[in-house]
Parts: sequence; structure tokens; C-alpha cells
Amino acid sequence: MHEMAICEGILQSLENIRAKENFDKVKIVRLEIGCFSGVETDAVHFSFDAVTRGTFAENATLEIIHQNGKAYCMDCANVFETTNRLEPCPRCNGINTMTYGGDALKIKDLEVV
Amino acid sequence: MCNTCGCASGNLKIEGDEHHHHHHDHDHDHEHEHDHHHEHNHDIDYNKLPARNHNPGMSQARMIEIEENILAKNDAYAAQNRELFKAKGILALNLVSSPGSGKTSLLVETIKALQEKFQVSVIEGDQQTTNDADRIRETGVKAIQVNTGKGCHLDGHMVGHAVEHLTPEDGSILFIENVGNLVCPAAFDLGEAAKIAVLSVTEGEDKPLKYPDMFAASKIMILNKIDLLPHLDFDVDACINNAKRINPEIKVIQVSAKTREGFDEWLGLLESLRGQIITEILAEQEEKLNKFKNLLK
Repeated sequence: MHEMAICEGILQSLENIRAKENFDKVKIVRLEIGCFSGVETDAVHFSFDAVTRGTFAENATLEIIHQNGKAYCMDCANVFETTNRLEPCPRCNGINTMTYGGDALKIKDLEVV
Repeated sequence: MCNTCGCASGNLKIEGDEHHHHHHDHDHDHEHEHDHHHEHNHDIDYNKLPARNHNPGMSQARMIEIEENILAKNDAYAAQNRELFKAKGILALNLVSSPGSGKTSLLVETIKALQEKFQVSVIEGDQQTTNDADRIRETGVKAIQVNTGKGCHLDGHMVGHAVEHLTPEDGSILFIENVGNLVCPAAFDLGEAAKIAVLSVTEGEDKPLKYPDMFAASKIMILNKIDLLPHLDFDVDACINNAKRINPEIKVIQVSAKTREGFDEWLGLLESLRGQIITEILAEQEEKLNKFKNLLK
């Protein structure tokens, strides 16, 4: 459950931004989470609600933009998008692939009032 | 998290860090102040409301673009650690595994074999107890326990504080034994030269497939407890193939901490990794030196 630590980090970022931008409440937080970032989005939703309870970000809607990873096929040099490190190459069906990217873990933007 | 040094939780405890505790307490007071401050901000905001109400048709909602990496703070601490390790020529290795894979036994035997040749120190991460640090200290090397409390992983900030207290020597090897957990530690850079995943043959050969993120993040996989293979149905080749499917570049070493089988390769790898770090520093220093020598010509 490192998602709890991740959400504490998000709340702290929101506090820092609030100190600069001067707003009452956060309505929407948009995150970008990559499929290989090691973060479970359900757990992020759960932790975010728990961490923001009683704060200016309570009841904020968490919108998550999913980022796919990529894979390089070492047999036929094909590059394809994937969310599964074990997905065979769609062109040659080879399993000697190397996945990369898909590691985003970002706060994109906020809607505040 | 506290704002002054980012301490994540009151449950975090670094051995011998009494000063730090006071610091924590202080920071908690600080947090309360911070809350007050927030309420104060709130008041100020409410004072602005009547002004806004003069324009009832206008929406007050607005967008703020951020594009901020959520782990930026951890990564900054990790970068600081990495810089320190580089300045001192320290080889830092982050050992990750499930609980019970034999990380501490492997470390104890590794230290016994290494300590005449190199200086070694250890940061031990566990939720509770100083048992592991005690076991390491019995070998005679320096060790410090970090208790993460409820935390499921070490982060860059905890390791930074631990290093401050441990003061590893120049050119030494620093082992960081992470909390036994094959999931969460994958996401947190500590400033290490490499993550080393330890997998024991009493676990399943499909573990790399079940916990791919950790094996993707590790440069080395140690297959431990191979002395038990005659008693098990563990398929070593299948296990290595699984790890290579997730991470084609992962280096695999088979060892037994009990019989020291495979230790020549393991110790050789440590020595060459340490050598690489010091060679890199030398090359950089030589480049600098030559630059200034040329300035004299």
C-alpha cells in the first residue's frame, strides 16, 4: 500500500500549490498514471479519500489518465503499445520483448474554487 | 509529511536518532501551526467572498496546470544520496525481496567474506525491531536500523538520514536491506547503484511474472538457498527464463548463503561494481586535472 504514501505526497503538493495560488477548495485533481508505475489506481482512489478527509481537498474528484507502456520486439524490431509486460509481439508472435515507458506518476492539473 | 524536512510519519524511527525525534516532535508542533495558518488562510479567503459575489454570473472555478511528478520529492532526496555516494566512492546496493528470502543471512555471510578486503556498512529496513541490525552488527560492521512503522518501503529521505548517522567510509560498500515486500519498494529510488532482487528457491519460479515491476526495476537477481534444490521441485531454468522475460538485461546469480555455493561469482560481481564506481570517479578527476594542467601551458 505505498499508494498511501503517494497520496500523502499528492496532498502535500496540493498544499504547496494552495500556498501560492490561494484558493478555497480543490474540485478536481487530474493524475497521469502509467501502467508500469507500480501504482494501483483503485488503491489510489481509496487512499486519496482517506488522506484528504477533513482537508481543503476533501471530496475532490480524482480523474486518472492512464498511460500505456511500449514494448520492443527483439525478434522483429517491432515497437508496439502495451499494458502487459508479457504480451507477445502482435507482428511475429515472439515473446522476446522488452517493455519500457508507462512509468508516469504525475499531477497534471487541478480545478479549484 | 512535515514541511521542513519531509519526515513522512511519526512512526518512523531511525536507531540512535534521538535528536531527530525531538526534531519530529518539533515538526509536529509546526504542523499544528501550519493548520492554524491554513485556517487563517481560509479566513482571508472568506473575506474575499463578498467581492466575488458582486459578480454572481462568473464561475469561480479555475484550472491550474501543474505537470508535477508525484515522486519528485523522493527523487530529489535520492539524487542527494546518489551525489553523496559518488563523492565518497561508495557502492550502494538496494536489496529487495519478499519477507523470508534470506536477505539478512545472505548479507551476514557476504560481510564475513568481504570485510577483510573492504569496508562494509548496512542500513536495515523493517517495520519493527532492531533484530536484523543486531545480526549484522554481530559481524563487527556498522549497521543502522530504520523502522518504518506502518510504512511498507524505505524512501530516499529515510536513507539520507540513516546515512548521516551511519557515516559509511570512502570506497566502502553500503547494503540497504529494504522492507520485505516485492511491490512497493520498486517505486522508490534510494540513490542506489542497483536494486538487487533476492528470490529463494522455496518460493515459486513464477514470482518474476507475479511481481514484474520489481524484477523490471532490478539489475541483478540473486537466486538464494540453492542448497535446498535437491529437496524441492523448483525449476531453476524456468525461473531464470521468467525473470529474463520481464527484464532481458537482468543478471542472475545462484547462491547459497548457507554453503557459500556461488559466492565466488557474487563477491566478484560486488568487487567489479565497486571498481566501476571508483574508476568513474578517477576518470572524472583526471579529466578535471588535465583541464587545469592545460590551463597552465
